[in-house]
Amino acid sequence: MRITVTVDGTKYTDEVEPRTLLVHHLREKLGKVGTVVGCDTSNCGACTVHLDGHSVKSCSVLAVQADGCEVTTIEGLARDGQLHPVQKAFNDNHALQCGFCTPGMIMQSIDLLADNPDPDEQAVREGLEGNLCRCTGYQNIVRAVRDAAQHMSPGAGPEAERIAETKHAGVGGD
Amino acid sequence: MTATIEPEVGKSRRRKEDERLITGRTRWTDNLSLPGMLHMAVLRSPFAHAKIVSIDTSAAKGASGVVAVYTAKDLDPEGAIGLPCAWPITPDMKAPRRPVLAADTVNFAGEGVAVVVARTSAEAHDALEEIDVEYDELPVILDMEAAIADGAPLVHEDLGTNTSAVWKFDSAEAGTGGNVEEAISSAEVVLKRRFRQQRLVPAFMEPRACVVDPTSTQITMWAATQVPHILRVMSALTLGIPEHKLRVIAPDVGGGFGGKIGVLPEEMMSLLVAQKLGKPVKWNETRSETMLAAHHGRDQIQDITITSTRDGQVTGLKVELLANLGAYNGLVGPGVPILGAFMFNAIYKFPAYHFACTNVYTTTTLTDAYRGAGRPEATFAIERIMDELAVELGMDPMELREKNWIKHEEFPFTTVCGLTYDSGNYEAATEKAKQLFDYDGLRAEQAERRKSGDKVQLGIGISTFTEMCGLAPSRVLGSLDYGAGGWEYASIRMLPTGKVEVTTGASAHGQGHETAWSQIVADQLGVAFEDVEILHGDTQSSHKGLDTYGSRSLVVGGIAVIKAAEKVVAKAKPIAAHLLECAEDDLEFAGGKFTVKGTDTSTTMGDVALATFFAHNLPDGVEPSLDSDATFDPENFSFPHGTHLCAAEVDTETGRIKLRSYVCVDDVGVAVNPLIVEGQVHGGLAQGIAQALFEGTEHDETGTLTTGTFADYLLPSAADLPSFTTDRTETPSTTNPLGAKGVGEAGTIASTPAVVNAVIDAVRQFGVNDIEMPLTPMRVWHAMRHGTTDAGGPGRDEAGGGLGSIDATGGAQ
Repeated sequence: MRITVTVDGTKYTDEVEPRTLLVHHLREKLGKVGTVVGCDTSNCGACTVHLDGHSVKSCSVLAVQADGCEVTTIEGLARDGQLHPVQKAFNDNHALQCGFCTPGMIMQSIDLLADNPDPDEQAVREGLEGNLCRCTGYQNIVRAVRDAAQHMSPGAGPEAERIAETKHAGVGGD
Repeated sequence: MTATIEPEVGKSRRRKEDERLITGRTRWTDNLSLPGMLHMAVLRSPFAHAKIVSIDTSAAKGASGVVAVYTAKDLDPEGAIGLPCAWPITPDMKAPRRPVLAADTVNFAGEGVAVVVARTSAEAHDALEEIDVEYDELPVILDMEAAIADGAPLVHEDLGTNTSAVWKFDSAEAGTGGNVEEAISSAEVVLKRRFRQQRLVPAFMEPRACVVDPTSTQITMWAATQVPHILRVMSALTLGIPEHKLRVIAPDVGGGFGGKIGVLPEEMMSLLVAQKLGKPVKWNETRSETMLAAHHGRDQIQDITITSTRDGQVTGLKVELLANLGAYNGLVGPGVPILGAFMFNAIYKFPAYHFACTNVYTTTTLTDAYRGAGRPEATFAIERIMDELAVELGMDPMELREKNWIKHEEFPFTTVCGLTYDSGNYEAATEKAKQLFDYDGLRAEQAERRKSGDKVQLGIGISTFTEMCGLAPSRVLGSLDYGAGGWEYASIRMLPTGKVEVTTGASAHGQGHETAWSQIVADQLGVAFEDVEILHGDTQSSHKGLDTYGSRSLVVGGIAVIKAAEKVVAKAKPIAAHLLECAEDDLEFAGGKFTVKGTDTSTTMGDVALATFFAHNLPDGVEPSLDSDATFDPENFSFPHGTHLCAAEVDTETGRIKLRSYVCVDDVGVAVNPLIVEGQVHGGLAQGIAQALFEGTEHDETGTLTTGTFADYLLPSAADLPSFTTDRTETPSTTNPLGAKGVGEAGTIASTPAVVNAVIDAVRQFGVNDIEMPLTPMRVWHAMRHGTTDAGGPGRDEAGGGLGSIDATGGAQ
């Protein structure tokens, strides 16, 4: 099937098999290898991306379902050399070790913050329940998300602005 | 070049590694795509034990995209030596040949039977379905005690036994202590307990993978491995590939925890297949394959006897273990319990000690190193039985520990195992932990809740521990029949522009070597942190090494870096003296500058590097090089220690456990980067707590793994864990010039018994003195109701296990 997907701002039109998962389309066809596969049961969340502004596990979406959609991956977050506030907060708070879960964890954290701009610890822990990390014990990830929340006001960064704008317009996360 | 003034070591530097990891510019093995690359998939046995009657690959060979299909007769000819085990613990160890692919029999569910090579991974996996294998089932052997009973069916008929080896240590025979049998017969108190270490899955987040490119004069293999150097030499020995014709690269590796130690059958298959086809081949496993076929950890039955006086002086310890090897020997699997043998003594002064371990074959996935490897198992047993002994004696468990531990002024202290602990201060760590935890306050609250019959009971768990880190020392490893040394290698190249390239034989997979080593080198050479590049995980650049496991990176590999840096300074010194026209003895080196003593005349390391590169004006006989390399092989292990305290609330109506607080004070000696240390402790705690509360493999009676995905093997999520209070004391190690002790495994080792002790403490009033791990709500509930030690049956409750709740009637809520 022929599909057109805009990934990190670039439009791609490709033939895909109907069974192709979005994550495999991203990795194998488009070379977007920043998004990784950690399991085959949609439990680990390592492959989390944004589909039209909302986080999805890209192993649980068929590529054909993304036809006509906009996908943001970890590779599309930093703009003009400026890290997204959540990326920066992960670095500032030592919220990663091996880093394999990190792209998915960051994408999920951004969606979480779009939903709840000032989450308490419990809200962060519950919001990240679908993303597994084996290295950090989660404590610094939770710290990073709460730290990022303090820097996610409009003007804090390009992606933050965009999310704030889409939220304001009632298009993004509610 | 900027000379650093403030020392880098001790600074909580943000990590250099993170930039690529947080932006998705990481080099995972599975990201590699080479021109003409083919994909390999492995057909795995659905049976735990069966004869292979026939394999028909004809349909698969004709399937779409398939290039080749191979079975054992193609890849594993008669006479090939099989996969290596590097730790034959006794001269008479019974070791089956471990084939690359099963030929005649399969010995665990998940063992490889055939491989398909196709144009895409999807086509390779599709074609697996087309292979027709006829099996003739054999008896399944899952239980260790049944496996070594008379007349038991055998995993490997040719060995004539399921016992691999029996390894013993006895303090009376070794001359390091008394006779345990005498201690038992004369003791005022003798306490016996049986503990089980359930089987765990290391569960690194990045599945295993390798890519082999045979298209040049040298074969290059990229692999998600902890041990690229060991993998190269073992591949050479196993397959006969000349070592100098093989380059192994471990690019970014997504976690290991011991689970990526090994020389994998799939890695050997990929090498063989790529050579046969003359094309690059990728193998990337699915998570379900990881759960089945990557090695598991733990899995011991521990029979412990402790003796003491009525007033709580321990007098002897007898340990008898059964260790489940699975179907074969892993790379270091047989030695894992041996590492534990030296840790049952823990922080205590046992006058007599006897240890015996029987390694057993069963028809299960093989076991090998998993974070802590032997030491968590030992620490669990000793810390559990110390609690039980305290109850037996009517003492506070902390008081019992304080009465028996090695006092600060007694270091260095040689234990009954013959190890000499170089330094430690258990009093300081414990005092700090008790204050942070409010030990006395929580004990008072616990008494109050017991008295009032509160629905939620409070338990306090203690784990005071030490571990042996920094594997090395090579001589000691040799005495234990370990098949390699334990030294580590580093090299340093001063570049003409004053920048520094460092190679390390320690191969990182998330630990932060690039950051920590940069801090060390910045201090040693007086260069800026940013001016140091750390190269690792490539047998071509870091051409020598023994890789990363056993918390050895910093305390062995980091010290090799220091030694190499010292040599660079020594090489630079005569050149600096020549440039400054003074005698070498008149120079001092500090902060990146060579200064003529008593003057302000100086030159920087960067200036010397440039002058060395130009070589226009060097002293006679001095080569134009500021490169150097060094190895470090410590004289002794290092011994981190700490005190961990856990407060657990147990709902007596549901068995639900809530960790109310977790406090630990770890002493890892000098911390190069406290931020990294804290992160390692957090991650370690999560894994140890997971063993206590969540994780454990289960097999059905046919030997099928019923916890074969993340849907049924319960890795804790953020919502399942509390925040931890961590702190440190700092008692420098005396066995290395940095004073560091290692931290990678400490949290895992200490936390499992702390949590279990807390839960048992909460429910002991119901006649409970043990609950088998993981402590699911069902098991806790059952134990409270029946006063038994184990609910038996599956470890998972229908509510999903973990912290899910079970109501008072036993039904799922």
